[in-house]
Amino acid sequence: MRNGRVVKGVNFEGLADVSSPVELGKYYSECGADELVFYDITASAEGRALFTDILREVARQIFIPLTVGGGINSLEDFDRVLKCGADKVSVNSGALRDPSLISAAARRYGSQCVVLSVDAKRVDGRFTVFAKGGRENTGRDLIEWVRYGVENGAGELVINSIDTDGVKKGFDLEMQDAVCAAVKVPVIASGGAGCAADFVELFEKLPAVDAGLAASIFHFGEVRIAELKEKLRRSGINVR
Amino acid sequence: MIAIVDYGVGNLFSLQSSLAAIGAPAQVTDDPKALGAAEKIILPGVGAFEDAARRLRESGLGDAVCEQAKAGKPLLGICLGMQLLFERSFEFGEHEGLGLIPGNVRPIAEVIPPQLKIPHIGWNALHFTSRSSALFRFLREGECVYFVHSYYAADCKPYVTANAEYGAMLTAAAENGNVFGTQFHPEKSGDAGLRILRGFCELEV
Repeated sequence: MRNGRVVKGVNFEGLADVSSPVELGKYYSECGADELVFYDITASAEGRALFTDILREVARQIFIPLTVGGGINSLEDFDRVLKCGADKVSVNSGALRDPSLISAAARRYGSQCVVLSVDAKRVDGRFTVFAKGGRENTGRDLIEWVRYGVENGAGELVINSIDTDGVKKGFDLEMQDAVCAAVKVPVIASGGAGCAADFVELFEKLPAVDAGLAASIFHFGEVRIAELKEKLRRSGINVR
Repeated sequence: MIAIVDYGVGNLFSLQSSLAAIGAPAQVTDDPKALGAAEKIILPGVGAFEDAARRLRESGLGDAVCEQAKAGKPLLGICLGMQLLFERSFEFGEHEGLGLIPGNVRPIAEVIPPQLKIPHIGWNALHFTSRSSALFRFLREGECVYFVHSYYAADCKPYVTANAEYGAMLTAAAENGNVFGTQFHPEKSGDAGLRILRGFCELEV
């Protein structure tokens, strides 16, 4: 999201306006999505707080788990979005700036509430963590960072590959596999889904991945959730 | 009117929104006296058992919930709210619950294979037991609901109405007369969850 609208970019750049978040959230909740992840993607870069009024309206209309992220820098931010109806809170740049936020939030709200979202891409052959919506190279190693996060109470990981984001040629299997091998919490793979077959490939090749996240192919109606689930089911993958 | 018991833990907003979506008027309350005026009571909860049990005790809400339940008022406990209905929990020590359903709350780590992730988090199918429940009268066998938990209700077999399989059969729902509990979150379980809440809200008093 940016400025109260749902947007989508390619490799995190060139964001296109898609829709009203409330309408889109409601549509996904009704058509079988298993979870909604709501990121205010430029909140960190623009240094402002998340749109709590829109969030509250989304939460009022959807009855599936809701993860919220973007501009989460403190326990007060956790508190604010949880009161608006979020079930889990995703931290990214805020945790990179102050890693103790992960353990402090896990102690107060429980690990099940703390999702560590990581944007990573290959730099000189190493998976490297980026902050501020992919704008800032932190120099941190992805695997070391997720291990640290899980040891300190992150209950779930969302791994966004900047290399495959918006490219629609499939998930970044190599990056997702490396993360799954390093930790024992649910991993949600993100970035690169272009068609239903990409989800089949993800779950067949990497059974340790717990979920696949996609945005543009759902936003633009290229893949319908009900049809995707049917295809997964026919491939022998356990879905709701 | 349905009273949602507010004892300072958990996300009550989703539950309220779900009840509004099925047209059931509900009121969030932290006043033990208000429970007497309600037609039905929902005990929500997320977090640690010991802390929640202490809050219920100190606020007088625990006694009020028990009193109403024993007088026959329908009561639904959700997630930690369900675990609190049992006699005791072994989450970090041993702690007393409300004792409205016989049984104990134990770590799922005791019964599931070590390679499975804890908490048990995500969507899972409901398998009904031979004890049929009015809560599930708008539901089909095998429909999925949303779980997040590391402990489960044990030693309560005669009261279990549904299980979920996660390396072992874990209690998903239990009931004892007018007292109902769901380990999963109906307010986060999409359309199936709304039908379960309807099953509770439309119980004849």
